Amino acid sequence: MSALLAMIRRDLLLVMRRKSEVLTALFFFVVVTSLFPLGIGADAALLRKIAPGVLWVAALLSTLLGLHRMFAADYQDGSLEQLALSPQPLVLLVTGKIIAHWIVCGLPLVLLAPVIGIQFDLDASSLYVLMGTLFLGTPVLSLIGSIGAALTLGVRGGSVLLSLLILPLYIPVLIFGAGAVYANSVGLDSSGHFSLLGALLILALAFIPWVSSAAVKIAIE
Amino acid sequence: MLEARALTCVRGEKQLFSGLNLVVSGGECLHVRGENGVGKTSLLRLLTGLSKPESGEVLWNGLAISKESALYHRDLLFLGHRDALKEDLTALENLQLYAALEDIQLPEDKALAALRRFGLRGREHLPVNCLSAGQKRRVLMARMLTRQAKLWILDEPFNALDVHAVQALQGLIAEHMEQGGLVVMTSHQEVGLSQAKVLEL
Repeated sequence: MSALLAMIRRDLLLVMRRKSEVLTALFFFVVVTSLFPLGIGADAALLRKIAPGVLWVAALLSTLLGLHRMFAADYQDGSLEQLALSPQPLVLLVTGKIIAHWIVCGLPLVLLAPVIGIQFDLDASSLYVLMGTLFLGTPVLSLIGSIGAALTLGVRGGSVLLSLLILPLYIPVLIFGAGAVYANSVGLDSSGHFSLLGALLILALAFIPWVSSAAVKIAIE
Repeated sequence: MLEARALTCVRGEKQLFSGLNLVVSGGECLHVRGENGVGKTSLLRLLTGLSKPESGEVLWNGLAISKESALYHRDLLFLGHRDALKEDLTALENLQLYAALEDIQLPEDKALAALRRFGLRGREHLPVNCLSAGQKRRVLMARMLTRQAKLWILDEPFNALDVHAVQALQGLIAEHMEQGGLVVMTSHQEVGLSQAKVLEL
């Protein structure tokens, strides 16, 4: 457990020393989501309707921007080998890296979402639902993304391949995440969507760290 | 005791070596020599367990390292070609974070003392990217001192070191062997350790 915390602390410290990389992804999210109201104009009904889809797609893309960084730097300077040779199980360390990635790339989206949502004229209950779905959904994005990040280590043109590999796997999260906000806005019950997102999160947490650490081991062999 | 039995290493289509046996026991140093591309680094990576041999096995204290990897990794320190230091962190932070990840108690004064022993006084709090290649290797020497591993596997540890640092590293390795530690290393230079066994690949 202490190794997990040490890993998270290390990755967060590294991010603090090089803030620009993280801020780009967040700024991307803010800019892309702000372009839609500007481009479409003041049609409040239309904006309300497209808000869940736009916000979720922007969240997917901005998560994708930061993904390749998850293991690439450690792979290049040899730290990943040292982590694999650490007495701690690699699964634990990989989980730590995924959590750190989520804190840096996922959590800020959850916190930014209500501010962005106002631009789309979302009401308070929709904003809560949006935040809730992002809170459950963004960890799944980081988890699934970690597989792609590990598999494309050392591959030339890896970041394009990473997008092609990972984006299709994000579809379920997108459907249930955006669906919950939409259902809530038309007065339907969104608890089913939340249950499914929660189930996805639990499933991803239970399996993906093992898959990713196996992929990391293959990459450094 | 580190033991390798009938190791065969294949890289791509080429067989680098086969049927390689070696035994290194406490207080011994094995110096692996050979031309470029003969498989020295590949052998070291097989010994660490980072890559798997085509056939044969590596045993640590009689246990196969593929089965008892956590136990083995606790006793092992591997330093490869790349320095594995985070450029944005200071030398001290690098040491402390590795200690935390490896679950070793490392009080700050001990880490500082290790860095100062290798001539990094006044540079403990500089980011590693401000250090020269040789100074980075000195940070690694401090890591060797603080890691408390029984087995050191070192790939070209004398690279980029000046005369004083070479002597310091030789002293460090000799000290480690006196304490019953094991060393396996590659080097193109003479290592200056009289007791070192030599393995020609």
